[in-house]
Amino acid sequence: MSLLVVEGLTKTFGGLRAVSNVSFAVEPGAIVGLIGPNGAGKTTTFSLMSGFQRPTAGDVFFMDERITGLSPDAICLRGLTRTFQIMQSFPKLTTLQNVMIGAYARHTTVTAARRHAMDIMSRLAMVERAQELARNLTLADLKRLEIAKALATSPRVLLLDEVVSGLTPTEVDELVVLIRSIRDDGVTIVMIEHVMQAVMALSDMIVVLHHGEKIFEGVPQDAVKDPRVVEAYLGEELLLA
Amino acid sequence: MSVRALLTALVAGVVLLGLPRFLGEHHMHVIIQILLFAYLSLCWNILGGFAGQLSFGHALFMAAGAYTSTLLLLHAGISPWIGMIAGGVIAAALGLFIGYLSFRYGIKGTYFALVTLAFTEIARIVALNTPAIGGALGLYIPIQTDDFWHLKFIQKSHYYYVALAFLLVALAVNAWLERSAFGHRLVAIRENEDAAQALGINLLRYKLQATALSAFLTALGGTLFAHYVTFIDPHTLLNMNMALELTIYAIIGGVGTLWGPVLGALFLVPLAEGVRAAFGQSYAGIHLVIYGAVLIGVILFAPDGFIGVLRSIRELRPRRAPAAQSSEARS
Amino acid sequence: MSLDLILQAIVTGILLGGVYSLICVGLTLTFGVMRIINFAHGEFLMIAMYGTYFFSQTFKLEPYAAVIVTLPGLFVLGVLIFHTLIRPILGAEPLNQMLLLVGVSLVLQNGALALFSPDTRSVQSALLYSKIELGEVIISMPRLIAFAVSIAITLALYWQLRFTELGRRIRAAASDRETAALMGINVNRVNLIAFGIGVGCLGIAGPIMMPVYYIVPNIGTFFILIAFVVVVLGGIGNFMGALLASFIVAIAESLGALFMPGSTAPVLPFLLFVLVLLLKPEGLFAGRPQ
Repeated sequence: MSLLVVEGLTKTFGGLRAVSNVSFAVEPGAIVGLIGPNGAGKTTTFSLMSGFQRPTAGDVFFMDERITGLSPDAICLRGLTRTFQIMQSFPKLTTLQNVMIGAYARHTTVTAARRHAMDIMSRLAMVERAQELARNLTLADLKRLEIAKALATSPRVLLLDEVVSGLTPTEVDELVVLIRSIRDDGVTIVMIEHVMQAVMALSDMIVVLHHGEKIFEGVPQDAVKDPRVVEAYLGEELLLA
Repeated sequence: MSVRALLTALVAGVVLLGLPRFLGEHHMHVIIQILLFAYLSLCWNILGGFAGQLSFGHALFMAAGAYTSTLLLLHAGISPWIGMIAGGVIAAALGLFIGYLSFRYGIKGTYFALVTLAFTEIARIVALNTPAIGGALGLYIPIQTDDFWHLKFIQKSHYYYVALAFLLVALAVNAWLERSAFGHRLVAIRENEDAAQALGINLLRYKLQATALSAFLTALGGTLFAHYVTFIDPHTLLNMNMALELTIYAIIGGVGTLWGPVLGALFLVPLAEGVRAAFGQSYAGIHLVIYGAVLIGVILFAPDGFIGVLRSIRELRPRRAPAAQSSEARS
Repeated sequence: MSLDLILQAIVTGILLGGVYSLICVGLTLTFGVMRIINFAHGEFLMIAMYGTYFFSQTFKLEPYAAVIVTLPGLFVLGVLIFHTLIRPILGAEPLNQMLLLVGVSLVLQNGALALFSPDTRSVQSALLYSKIELGEVIISMPRLIAFAVSIAITLALYWQLRFTELGRRIRAAASDRETAALMGINVNRVNLIAFGIGVGCLGIAGPIMMPVYYIVPNIGTFFILIAFVVVVLGGIGNFMGALLASFIVAIAESLGALFMPGSTAPVLPFLLFVLVLLLKPEGLFAGRPQ
C-alpha cells in the first residue's frame, strides 16, 4: 500500500498553471527525487502536499487518509513534515531551541523535547552548535538545521526542499550519507533537488516536472536518457558534479 | 538556583516587604502605580511579547475587569475577589472573540493591532452611551470600610502588599512561559509562523490561548485598579491614551522578556509623576508627551528596549572560555 | 422616518465622504512609502486644523485663507518627520515603524493638549450659516466647499499619480523599492516627496474642515480610526478603493446617526469594520502588492 499518493494535483494562480494534473505514489522506505527545471512547480507541489496551499484540483492521500486541504500543522502531526527551500529557522533562538520546537510535535515536556532534540542533533553532528543563535550559522549548518527541525517531529515522510543546493561537493557527500541513514531509520523521503550528484546517488525513483506537468516517472538511469527530460533541461545547467 | 540569585532574592524580599515603613503616602502612591502598571504590562507581555501579537486592546480587558467587579459589587454586594474572576472570564471571552475573528484569517502584525484598537473604540462609545453601567459619568466605589474582602483599605501600604502579590503572580506566569513547552511554542509562532506551522504548531489554538490568558490576568488588574482609584469611567479606561500606554512599558523595557515590563514601569511611572509635579496637575495626559518621546527614542536607538541595552553591555564585557557562554541561552 | 430625513442624511454623507477621501488618499500615499498605516496621520490633521484656527484668529481672516500657511506647513512637517524619524527605520520591523508613529502621535496629541487645553474651539466664517436648498434637502455651504475642494484635490492627485513622471516614480517606488532603485529612481527623494504630499493633503483638509468641525486635541484619534476603517474597506494601498470606501463609510455614518440612539452613531464605521472582518476579511488584503 502506497504511503503517500498524489492524485491529479493542480494549482492555478490567476491565469497561470503552476502545477497541472500531477500524480505519483511514494512507497514506504523509498527516496523519491522530484526534479525539473526552475519554475517547474516543484516547491508548489510540496506546498500543496504539506497543506501550505490549497490545490485547485486533485488530492493528496497520506496513509490512506485524504489530507487535502488540512492545515500544515495537522499534516505534520500526522507524520508528514516538510523543509523550506528558503530556510525558515527561528533566527533569534539557539540551534537547540530550534530543534526543540520540532520535538514538541511529539514530546509534551521540555525535558523530553530537549533530550530528543539533542539526540537528533548528535545524529546530525550539530551538538557543538547547540547554543549558537540560528542567525549566526553558516549556510551548511542552516541546511542541517532545517533537516534537524523536521526530523525532530518524528515524521514518517520527510519532504526535503533543495537541502544540498549551494553546498560544496564534500558537504553534499556528507548530506547524502546522512539522508541515506535517515531513510535507513525508517523515514520515507521525497526530495526536490537540482544537484544531480545527490539525486542520482539517493533516489530509488525520479519524478520530473516541467511547466507544472509530470513528464517522466521512473528509475534515475532511465531519466537521464529520456528525450523529454533531456529536452526540458536543455539550456539548464546540469550539475553533474 | 545559584547562591547569588538566592541571596539577591532574599535581600529584595526583605526590602520589598519593609518598604512601606520608610515611605510616606505620596511615595507609596507612586510605588503602587509602578506595581500596577508593571503587573498590567507583564500580562500584556503574554500576548504582545511572548506570542508577538501587538495588542492595543488591553485597555478593553482591563475595563472589562474593572466594570464587571464594580457592577457586581454595587448591585449584588459581591466581593471584588470573586468579581474579578467574573471580570477575567468576560475579558477572556472578549479576547477569544476578537482573537478568533482576527487570527482565523491570519490577521497579524500592524493590522491586528489596529483591529484591537477598533474594538476598544467600539467599547468606549458603547460604554459612554450605556447609563446602566454609568455612561459618561462613570461609577464610584463608595465603600468606606477598611476591609480586605472589599479590597478597600485606608492605609496605602495594604494596597501595596496586594499589588506586590499581583506582581509576583504575573512574574511567575511570565517565568513559566519562559520555561514551558507552551511558552516555547508561542515564541516559535512569534519568530516564524510558517516554520512553526510546518513543525506541527496550530497557530490559531495557541494564539487564542495566549489571548485568553493575557486578557484574564489583565482584567484582574483592572479590578485592583478600580478599587485603588475608586472611580472608573470610559474616558479614563477606554480612551486611546490608555490603550497605547499599556503597551509602552513592555516595549520600552524589553518586549517578551521577564523583567522588561518591570523595568519599563520602574522607569516611566516616576517620570510621569515628575512631569505631573512639574506642570502642576494640569491636563491628564501630559506625561504621555514624555512617554511618546521615550518611545521614539527607544525605537530609533534601542529597539530591544532596556533589556536589550543591558544585554549588549554584557556582551561587550571580556569573554571567558566559550563553554561558559551557555548560560546566555536558556533551553 | 421620513424620506426627506433619509435623503438629507445621504446628501450629508456624500459631502462628508469627499472630505474623508482627501484624508484617506493622503494616508494611502504614505502607506505606499512606509508599507504601514501612518498612525500619526490624524495628529497631522489636528495640527492643520489648529493652524487654521490660530491663523484665522490672529489675522481675522476667513479660515480658508489659512491654506497658504497650512499647505506648505504640513508638507514641510511631513518631509521633516520622514527624513529625521522615519527614513532611518524604513528597513525595520513594520511593528517597530508603527510604534514609532505611535510615539509621534502621543507627543503631538498630548503636546497639543498641554498647549491648547482640552477646550473645544471653532472658527468664524462668513459662510458658516449660508446654505443651498434643494427641495427639502439643505446643503450647508461650508460642507459643500469642503466636498468640492476635497474631490478636486483627490482627482488632481489621482491624475498626478497616473499621468505625470513624478506620479509614475511614486507608484514604482511604492510597489517595489529595489527594482525602482535599479531603474534609476532616487527612491529616497521620491519617498520624501510622496510622504510630504500625503501629509500635505491634510494641510488642505484642515482649513476646509474647520468651519464644519470643532477641534479638540484628540480629534486625531477619531480620524485615524475612521481612516483605518476606510482603507481596510477599500483595500489597503488602493487609491480608488480608498476613494470609494470613504463615501461608503461617510454615508453609513450619516445614516446611522438617524437610526442609532443617543450619540452612539460614531460606532457605525467600526461595526462596519467588524462586519468586513466577519464576511470579507480579504478586505484587509485586497490591493496589497504581492
